[in-house]
Amino acid sequence: METEFRAKRAAGRKLLVPYITGGYPGWQDAVRACAAAGADAIEIGIPFSDPVMDGPIIQQASQAALEGGATPVNILHEIRSLDVSIPIAVMLYYNTVHHAGHERFAAQLRSAGVVAAIVPDLPLEEAGPWCEAADAAGVETVMLAAPTAPDERLPRVAARSRGFLYSVGLLGVTGERTELAATAAALAVRLKAVTDVPVLIGVGVSNAAQAKEAVQVADGVVMGASVVRRLIEGGAEAMGEYIAEVRRAIDE
Amino acid sequence: MSLMAEPSASGRFGEFGGRYVPETLVPACQELEASFIEAWADPVFRAELDDVLRTYAGRPSILTECKQLGAKLGLRLVLKREDLNHTGSHKINNVLGQALLAKRMGKKRLVAETGAGQHGVASATAAALFGMECKVYMGAVDVERQALNVFRMKLLGSEVEAVHSGSRTLKDAVNEAMRDWVATVETTHYCLGSVMGPHPYPWMVREFHRVIGQEARAQCIEEFGDVPDVVVACVGGGSNAIGIFSGFVDDRSRLVGVEPAGGAAVSRAQPGVVHGMRSYLMQDEYGQVQEAHSISAGLDYPGVGPEHSYLASIGRAEYPNVTDAEVIAAFQLLARTEGIIPALECAHALAWIVRAAPTMQGQTVLMNLSGRGDKDVAQMMDVLAK
Ligand SMILES: Cc1ncc(COP(=O)(O)O)c(C=O)c1O
Repeated sequence: METEFRAKRAAGRKLLVPYITGGYPGWQDAVRACAAAGADAIEIGIPFSDPVMDGPIIQQASQAALEGGATPVNILHEIRSLDVSIPIAVMLYYNTVHHAGHERFAAQLRSAGVVAAIVPDLPLEEAGPWCEAADAAGVETVMLAAPTAPDERLPRVAARSRGFLYSVGLLGVTGERTELAATAAALAVRLKAVTDVPVLIGVGVSNAAQAKEAVQVADGVVMGASVVRRLIEGGAEAMGEYIAEVRRAIDE
Repeated sequence: MSLMAEPSASGRFGEFGGRYVPETLVPACQELEASFIEAWADPVFRAELDDVLRTYAGRPSILTECKQLGAKLGLRLVLKREDLNHTGSHKINNVLGQALLAKRMGKKRLVAETGAGQHGVASATAAALFGMECKVYMGAVDVERQALNVFRMKLLGSEVEAVHSGSRTLKDAVNEAMRDWVATVETTHYCLGSVMGPHPYPWMVREFHRVIGQEARAQCIEEFGDVPDVVVACVGGGSNAIGIFSGFVDDRSRLVGVEPAGGAAVSRAQPGVVHGMRSYLMQDEYGQVQEAHSISAGLDYPGVGPEHSYLASIGRAEYPNVTDAEVIAAFQLLARTEGIIPALECAHALAWIVRAAPTMQGQTVLMNLSGRGDKDVAQMMDVLAK
């Protein structure tokens, strides 16, 4: 994914990565709709019982997916048969990996065609064993950088990140906000100064206008709650229209 | 060196513990660790904490020998009376320590999770005492079965938010408190209520409860001339147990932590990672955390503090479990034979003692009576009417 993202960035394109909760009714259609509407990669959430980095919308989608019988195994199985041309990343909580075993899980991702993993409760100090297994299997591990990090920490987080670097937009969990937090641009600027890994702002980027504002400083955006809400309220089609609207805004 | 020395630099007890938190919280955990280390080595801080424990919480807590019940069971049964502390449980030891530390760190707001409401009440109490703002998250199921404690927290000036996600009990209250902390970390201290969570909490909370074991050991030596044969405590996250164990871990005493049958994380011995720590955790075949089920809100938790997993894994402590029915019987037994109404949590410890008494004839058994049962009286009225 990183090679592709770097090439697109070099060509002047801003990167758009929507998040879809795996296992939520209609999620596969939603992934295809994202790809068709101009997403550069898709982040598929593997639902977890205790999603501490997620606010109400994504919690609701995760719970619905779990109640519908979603498991990491069947989601990965379905990802394999998705047939979309853009890279697929997964977002999951560490116990899903820990329980399966690092090597085994990395191999499962690889064989499902997943190219990258985002594990929001696995900070730099604890990430070593998983990152080694993922590296060996050819799966990129995207690290998150947060506004609370001192300057000294950012280059170390960036150096361990593969695929892209996830610049956490605000202090808080996923969810829509009326404005892009001031911390979003500030952190992206700090990160751009210390790394050439593509920097994408995620958490709290809530509409097309905010996405446009974010890509003034960042290489792209990850959008979750606003995407999932449209999937919940209007299905894959309404969600696809929304992704297309964001695409137009960041291409302007 | 003591078996309960400091954890490793990465916050591990053997292979348990660690700091599995969102990146946003890493600097806060590091700052907390540094502040705790500095404060714990500072005689001024220690004196301030000792003073408030003595003049406000009412320490030291006494030992009570249960002559009637002991005779009935064929052993010498001794209770460490944490129920007599201000606010009615051991939780106040940890909360006063953390609140003083938060004050020292310049934090003006506390967030806390609570199950039975005892940690929430203790946090609300400390916030009132030190002039801090406090918000307590509590599972919606627990808000109902521990209504008295909800009212106490509000009376003390705290905000209580019912959590409706997941199993609507302690596990989900922890999730919600962590979500709050992720958003407010610059002004807020997360006052965690047990020896769980990310490093440094399991260690720091243990140190704040060490006073239970220290006092108890000195009291046993003075009154009985020896350490007890067996030390028993209930285990939710494990703070009252670790507190009393700490006094005897390097002695010959047998250490027994009692879990509820519906929340027996240690017996299943399956490591997992949630709430910032690697420890034994009830989970399904895909690593989804399972819901615990216990009559006692304070023990209704699918995990356990990492140091307990460690003590179990090396065989230094044992972790049997008891059923709700045994607990209900023990709750009434202590009331009738000794005139003490225990919290449902520590009634678990007594339930195990009753069951295991035939194998402990003539032994001295020290039990941590972690809290008083007033909060459980309304719930037990319903249970016993059935
Ligand atoms: C009286 C009492 N004992 C025990 C517990 C369980 O906590 P821990 O295992 O941390 O001691 C609680 C928790 O609410 C409690 O109120």
